[in-house]
Amino acid sequence: MNMTQQKPDTLYFFGTCLIDLMYPQAGVSAIQLIQRAGVNVIFPPAQTCCGQPAWNSGYRDEARAVARAQIALFPKPIPIVIPSGSCAGMMKAHYPELFKGEADEAQALDVAGRVFELTEFLVDVLQIELQDLGAPIKVAVHTSCSARREMGVADKIESLLGQLSNVERVEHARKPECCGFGGTFAVKEPEISAAMVLDKTTHIRNAGVDRLVSQDGGCLMNISGAMEKQGNAIPSQHIAEFLWERTGGNAS
Amino acid sequence: MSNTTASRTNILARLREPQRPECGFDERDYLSRFDWDRAERVRRFTERMVAVRAEVHQATADTWLDVVKQVCAAKGLKNLLVSPETERGKQIHAQAEHFPALKTYDRPIEGWKEELFYGVDAAFTSTFGGIAETGTLILMPDAEEPRLMSLVPPVHIAVLEVDKLYTTFAEAVQEQGWVKTGMPSNALLVSGPSKSADIEQTLAYGVHGPKELVVILV
Amino acid sequence: MTSEFRLTVRENLAKAEVRANFYRAMDGLMTRRLDQFPDKVELERLRTQSMAIRANALSKLPELLEQLEANLTRNGIQVHWAETTDQANQIVLGIMQQHNAQSIIKGKSMVSEEMGLNHFLEALGIEALESDLGEFIIQLDHEAPSHIIMPAIHKNRVQIAKLFHEKFPDIPYTEDVDELTQLARRILRDKFYAAPVGLSGVNFMVAETGTLCLVENEGNGRMSTTAPPVHIAVTGIEKVVESLSDVPPLLSILTRSATGQPITTYVNMISSPRKPGEKDGPEEVHLVLLDNGRSNIYSDPELLATLRCIRCGACINHCPVYVRIGGHSYGTVYPGPIGSILEPQKAGLDVHGELTQASTLCGACSEVCPVRIPIPSILNRLRYDGVRKDAANTNTVGSGKRRTLSEAATWKTWAWAATHPALYHTGSKLATRFKGMLPTNLGAWTSVRTAPKLAESTLHERLKALGVDHE
Repeated sequence: MNMTQQKPDTLYFFGTCLIDLMYPQAGVSAIQLIQRAGVNVIFPPAQTCCGQPAWNSGYRDEARAVARAQIALFPKPIPIVIPSGSCAGMMKAHYPELFKGEADEAQALDVAGRVFELTEFLVDVLQIELQDLGAPIKVAVHTSCSARREMGVADKIESLLGQLSNVERVEHARKPECCGFGGTFAVKEPEISAAMVLDKTTHIRNAGVDRLVSQDGGCLMNISGAMEKQGNAIPSQHIAEFLWERTGGNAS
Repeated sequence: MSNTTASRTNILARLREPQRPECGFDERDYLSRFDWDRAERVRRFTERMVAVRAEVHQATADTWLDVVKQVCAAKGLKNLLVSPETERGKQIHAQAEHFPALKTYDRPIEGWKEELFYGVDAAFTSTFGGIAETGTLILMPDAEEPRLMSLVPPVHIAVLEVDKLYTTFAEAVQEQGWVKTGMPSNALLVSGPSKSADIEQTLAYGVHGPKELVVILV
Repeated sequence: MTSEFRLTVRENLAKAEVRANFYRAMDGLMTRRLDQFPDKVELERLRTQSMAIRANALSKLPELLEQLEANLTRNGIQVHWAETTDQANQIVLGIMQQHNAQSIIKGKSMVSEEMGLNHFLEALGIEALESDLGEFIIQLDHEAPSHIIMPAIHKNRVQIAKLFHEKFPDIPYTEDVDELTQLARRILRDKFYAAPVGLSGVNFMVAETGTLCLVENEGNGRMSTTAPPVHIAVTGIEKVVESLSDVPPLLSILTRSATGQPITTYVNMISSPRKPGEKDGPEEVHLVLLDNGRSNIYSDPELLATLRCIRCGACINHCPVYVRIGGHSYGTVYPGPIGSILEPQKAGLDVHGELTQASTLCGACSEVCPVRIPIPSILNRLRYDGVRKDAANTNTVGSGKRRTLSEAATWKTWAWAATHPALYHTGSKLATRFKGMLPTNLGAWTSVRTAPKLAESTLHERLKALGVDHE
């Protein structure tokens, strides 16, 4: 835990490949939330992917090559904020393993030590104060397994939403259970993944909410994709986009 | 039979081959301690025992014998297996007329296995101690009170002296000096009557061991 | 090609009744475990202590096994070593033959399942009867355990009632759990009475005192180890701990993690056969120590953590994959997360390697593991071993055997693209522009989901437009 981190002047933002392609507005909102709190954001344009898909598939050489290209992008001793528990977990928990014994191990460890998941950073470092300007709404929260267990930041999204006076968080059954995405798992073991996401959508629907929010794009893609296929989908949103909207930020 | 000596040599050699793994942790010796006084130990012990459907009776040095009599009468026991050699057993045998027919485990099991398995209603034993945290009796069966006494009859009645009630298992092992005195052939922790939840997670009692456990605290 | 595992999974996912049985049982077990650990700080401390106890034992494994053997031998217990399950079966058979025994009664033992002892003995015309209620039930139905602690968890009471009625037609049909249990008691009591040999597993072996500890609720373990004149215990070489004082913490976390009990009804500590003057207990006690791949796991400093396992089953109870596919889908003796790391290492990645994929790496298992086995990390490592090119650099059985040319080429291409940012971002941009031309049928993914929806433009483009520092 980077509990000693002071509010910086400037930070690096790592947008993740999934947000780049599918949820760019979440990335924009995250940056705007940070900028509004008075912190400059650097977005190294050469960033691509943290390397996790290959890492979790056992292709370590390929994962390392991609990770190596990323760690070169964050030379300054400032925080690296990532709007995903999964990618943050990859960099923080697994880069040290991936680079063990490599010539650039020290550089990887340095990068890993500066990584923050977005909600963690907003709460613990920026101590952000949010004023809810939106209409009353009921939301369900799905916290990704990596945010919950690898990063240990499940409470951050809850506390951010807790600041919003018109947002009612509704608990759903088996909330801490995995949605069944698991990266390549969804493709390699599609039957099990399908059974898991089906149960997850049922529990969220049973909660009777207006919206689903999460700190991870992968889970959102899985759960909302399943709801859309079923029809009558509950709208879902990345937490950054939801917070920005609720607190008066105009979507650009 | 296959050559297990060769297997032994091979296995141990393989275990010695790799670089010795490091333990890397030094939190092994932590000992949980609870600051429970005598009354609290009794309360906890009783609560746990009752929770698993054991019967617990309070008694004194003067009343325990009457409590055993009452338990036998209440359960309509036709007979009771009691050692004639233990201190409490002697007292029961001395008042045999007030108890169901008394039986003794006076020969090796082979000599009366059928009777023990099918003809004994209940057994009375002493205990080596108790554990408050888990509601547990410590038994160390011996020649006077053999292993099967607390297992085969449908009812097991045991006396526990409150002086021997420890807070935790770890404390009992340490304070009773189990390692120093050496382990008996068989040491047992008994925490309630025999039970199973193998059918639909529903508790059923008296699977293979006693259906009823009666503890008399003295 | 759809693997055998996936076909079995498909079949089992379709069994609504069995799935409901698992759901109900696992929900109950998770709740009961949680109730046993009201103090989270104490729980984490106990997990750390338990991990340290097991890690300490493994760090001295050969010495502790020798000390154990010396103390057991001194106490009068005969120790046998088996490298393979074949050898272990032969040892059991040899002991039985010495006593002309034609039957054996068994307390619950997963290692005997690992050995396939029942099939081995039955093929020789020897009766091997399970006496644990759950094991008894599934043996009646010629099934394997679907859970290491609760072998018949996949059946509900109606299914069990029907099974009993079919096998014991003279006894009136009943769905009452007490009556079903008493029926099993009567049948098995006769068997305990007559059995010439009893067999059990072991939960912990204490090197310091030469003691075998068995944990159970029913009394089948005590019966099997006490009533017959000969007792054979079978267990894995990793089950040893150094001192008697190691047992209380492990016992406490074992029963609470497994079934949410503060302690089991019986903890049976056996240190010797019947001594002169004693009136019961077996005349002979044998211990069979089984390797079966464990020493190979031991040789890897990372995979070694697998051997810390105390077989509580908490990882299984908390696994979102297990609860859906059930224990039989795994096709192995040990199912669930522990099975998914243990079985591929024992049998080889070429045999059970697919199990390393049967996880979302969600971490629910390692979160509850009482000895802190990092199961997701080990799964990740085994996935790596499965596809690595330098297979000779690891002792893992079957390493490199899961590597396929097409998959390797895919990742190579992916890595090339992700290390060429200019091309990568042009590609992403093009993908968003021509998303209408992308396929909407993505096979398995789109069977229950819509195809991933690409945005109108990428984050890179939007930030450039917004003037976010591109330093």
